[in-house]
Amino acid sequence: MTDSPKKPRTADREIPASLDSLYQEVILDHYRRPQNKSALDDATHTITMSNPLCGDVIELLLRVEDSKIAEACFLGRGCSISQASVSMLTNRIAGKTLEEATEISAKFTQLLHGDDTLLTDPALGDLRALAGVSKFPVRIKCALLGWNCLEELVETGPTSVGPAE
Amino acid sequence: MTTDMLAPSLDLTALRAQFPILSREINGHPLVFLDSAASSQRPLRVLDRMDRYYREQHANVHRGAHQLSVEATEAFEGARRIIASHLGANEPAEIVFTRGTTEAINLVASSWGSKFVGAGDEIVITKMEHHSNFVPWQLLAERTGATIRFVDVTPDGLLDLDDLDRLLLGRPKIVAFMHVSNSLGTINPVAEIVRRAQAAGALTLVDGAQAAPHLKIDVAELGCDFYAISGHKMCGPTGAGALWARRELLEQMPPYQGGGEMISEVTMAGSTWAAVPHKFEAGTPNIAGVVGFGEAVRFLTDVGFDAIAAHEAEITAYALERLTNVDGLTLYGPRENKTSVFSFSYLDIHPHDLSTILDQRGIAIRAGNHCNQPLMDHFGINATARASFYLYNSREEVDMLVDGLAMAAKVFCHIS
Repeated sequence: MTDSPKKPRTADREIPASLDSLYQEVILDHYRRPQNKSALDDATHTITMSNPLCGDVIELLLRVEDSKIAEACFLGRGCSISQASVSMLTNRIAGKTLEEATEISAKFTQLLHGDDTLLTDPALGDLRALAGVSKFPVRIKCALLGWNCLEELVETGPTSVGPAE
Repeated sequence: MTTDMLAPSLDLTALRAQFPILSREINGHPLVFLDSAASSQRPLRVLDRMDRYYREQHANVHRGAHQLSVEATEAFEGARRIIASHLGANEPAEIVFTRGTTEAINLVASSWGSKFVGAGDEIVITKMEHHSNFVPWQLLAERTGATIRFVDVTPDGLLDLDDLDRLLLGRPKIVAFMHVSNSLGTINPVAEIVRRAQAAGALTLVDGAQAAPHLKIDVAELGCDFYAISGHKMCGPTGAGALWARRELLEQMPPYQGGGEMISEVTMAGSTWAAVPHKFEAGTPNIAGVVGFGEAVRFLTDVGFDAIAAHEAEITAYALERLTNVDGLTLYGPRENKTSVFSFSYLDIHPHDLSTILDQRGIAIRAGNHCNQPLMDHFGINATARASFYLYNSREEVDMLVDGLAMAAKVFCHIS
């Protein structure tokens, strides 16, 4: 997996540049071979969100230990953008605290809304490959579905609630 | 449908020139509009008619004794006559104007349903239905304690009439179904379904949203009790549609909404209702929209439903030929006796990705479940791409779609 956000796959002149930058190899790779797409039996946080307009569904599962995300998995179905984005999410937030994950989420959201200064932000890693989505406003919600799950989980807390902390 | 019969022809160049939006460019390419099943485009004369109404004829209808109100009322009621005649109604009073098919069905489920459906009664709909002919009955069932039964769909995308017969044994109060499927293009055998439903003592409601744009409708021939249509799918404006029902049914039904226009007399003690159809048209209606709707029906009639059918049959045959030869493409629904709408999956490219890619070539298709979630579940899919062709689409646009698919395959690195 490359860390480079821009990687022109082909010199095919028939394909507009905007599409070339939207559907980068790294994105198609995550779509076809998603990372961490599995159930997580000992998950502490789970949530399912969908986009009723397009039928995309994502279930995000986290195991949080010692206030760090020990493991992040997802299940679901949808377009290449939603699936690649959540696949990258699970890699990117593993080992981070919920606060750190929320920060990444905020930066990623900004990137999708066209903030190019984040293109050099190492905190985003290969998520920068999704920067091309900013040119396709109707697809931003696809890229954010997994991240909306994350933010909702941070907001609502553990799924199997123990005694209040 | 065959293309070799002698059919009235249609001058496509002249016809397309009447639709201003078709000369637009999208992303540097001429617009290829293949989403008319969601909402069609409208010709200049419909736009002009609404514009003229607002510029020269507008006042509230059925209220004033002054000249403008008379003219507005005449334009509005004129549209009712046009639509009544288009549907083969006995009289204009059998046409109730609504915002569209959805509101027409809600009107029946709410008004007729509240009076004639009770706990333990059965309602039969089909797994093919658009959500607009699904949810209003679910709401009615929740309110009344009635039960909904669903007619099955065959693997070919046809209604299973044996299953209908089985469900009719439960003596349902009503059978509600679509004339033409919005995602598969299936033309259902309306008259046959109505015959069987009536033999079982049920009323019938037909969702005509996808049929009226393409076919000449004759409610007397179909034999149904309710028929619902939307103007915006047949070259008219959004927000104007119609319900046709027999006068005696409309007279038995309580009002749908209360307000001005729908009353005869209002006192502190209570009110009495206006005669049909005004009883169902509370408040100031969408006058300009209805006037435009009437003009749209006149436009389609002038082009000729025979010519439209012949043109669409040719496009359908050509699209079927081209699409079935695209490797990796799966078409859903019947191959014959269908309208010019095609739902398909293509390689491992999600419909939304396909739609984004085609849009870069100016090609507008629909992606998603098409308000057909139960049908999608039935086929074990959650979304399809849908290309729908209308009277203004050409064979060249079929070719452009197929070329666009080839580009999508390249974007997704399916190098042939």
